[in-house]
Amino acid sequence: MSDGIDNAAATDTLDVRVWRGDERGGDWHAYRVPAAANQTVLDVVTWIQRHREPNLAYRFACRVGVCGSCAMSVNGEPRWTCRTHVQDAARDGVLRIGPLRNLPLVRDLACDMAPFFDRWQEAGGRFVPSSDRHADIAAISPESPARRIADAAIQCINCAVCYAACDVVQWKPDYLGPAALNRAWSLVNDERDAGNKDRLRAVAGDAGCHNCHSQHNCTRYCPNQLDPGASIAGLKRTTMKAALKGQL
Amino acid sequence: MIPPHRRHGLWLAFFLHRLSGIALALFLPAHFLVLALALTDPAALDGFLHWAHQPVVRAAEMGLVFLLSVHLFGGLRLMALEWLPWSPRQKTLAALATAGSMFVALWFLLASAQAA
Amino acid sequence: MPIRLYMLQRLSALVMAPLVLVHLAVIIIAVRSGLDAETLLGRTRGSLVWGLVYGTFVVAVSIHAAIGLRTVLDEWAHIRGKALDAAMWAIGLGLLGLGSRAVYAVTVG
Repeated sequence: MSDGIDNAAATDTLDVRVWRGDERGGDWHAYRVPAAANQTVLDVVTWIQRHREPNLAYRFACRVGVCGSCAMSVNGEPRWTCRTHVQDAARDGVLRIGPLRNLPLVRDLACDMAPFFDRWQEAGGRFVPSSDRHADIAAISPESPARRIADAAIQCINCAVCYAACDVVQWKPDYLGPAALNRAWSLVNDERDAGNKDRLRAVAGDAGCHNCHSQHNCTRYCPNQLDPGASIAGLKRTTMKAALKGQL
Repeated sequence: MIPPHRRHGLWLAFFLHRLSGIALALFLPAHFLVLALALTDPAALDGFLHWAHQPVVRAAEMGLVFLLSVHLFGGLRLMALEWLPWSPRQKTLAALATAGSMFVALWFLLASAQAA
Repeated sequence: MPIRLYMLQRLSALVMAPLVLVHLAVIIIAVRSGLDAETLLGRTRGSLVWGLVYGTFVVAVSIHAAIGLRTVLDEWAHIRGKALDAAMWAIGLGLLGLGSRAVYAVTVG
């Protein structure tokens, strides 16, 4: 019970393949895992680690879809594993669990997230205050258009699902990617922020938002129903207006 | 096999746009060279046009016309997606409308050409 | 893709959108009426309008194809840096040269 699987109720087993290895190579390993009602993919990985492979490397923390650390590739699609039910993810009764695409591998199911967070910095993802702590709290109406646009782009949990889903990231590795650009777009619309000049220049560069081909894999897979594809389109329009005014 | 993250309309639209673009770019130099024959070697141009009346060549020609319209409509679709801040529902409707109008346009185009 | 190339790519696309429709119409009319090369050339030669239409078309398509293929070479052939920009210029100038020659042949002769 402690691992979230009611073994007494298990009437069947799951056919699970887990990718094991590191940057030098690896292979798919097969496991039979007791099936249970409402079982998540993370439950399955945890069961394997506790009962079969104590040294299986994977990453998780909150188990409730808040921390963004448990994303993996499930049957070829990037998913937050703690909120993905086995019954929704299995294909023909098989669950293939691998590491996320487009990131360097640490080992097994754990990726090195450093490049993903580096992109946030490169895209101007850092808030630049326009006043100091002695100023009054900025009064921003929840109804203001900019606030509404910013609202739609916040709540990102940095899970890198969109980064793994994006073909442009795969084809052009220095591309800033959907998460970082979505973050930049939320700050572009943050009336308290003073960093737009550098930020727009950063997202208009060779690695910037104009590489996006509007495939919208990011929007399709975002577990929080954000729309990074629309955010990137917003950046394309804003940078274009800035360029036409000679502000870039 | 197409990986699962690519099995959807917007990815397919991207892929068609890219393939049609590459094909048109490869075809262009040949197209220009043939047209220039009008200046340098009219007899060769006539010979080529005669050759181009073969059914296979005409089918390839229609293929290129098809690619040109695919690339045109795909490009207009892309610019609409990028520049008009539409809601996802509006984008779906617009994509359906574009696909529908493209279908009608191509049907008209091919029917007209075959009538020739 | 730097923003300048993006904007040139989209601008050349907007310029070409109506020209492609004109070109498709020309193709259909030429195919339907079964005009031979001599008749077609008789209509295009000495025509300023056709010269301008196809001259603009050639300039726009050279820019558009060069930037488009630059992206393809970047993403699918992993050509980067100076080699990538050199390839873009070579494609653009090559198409511009061949295309100008073709327009000259068809409209001036």
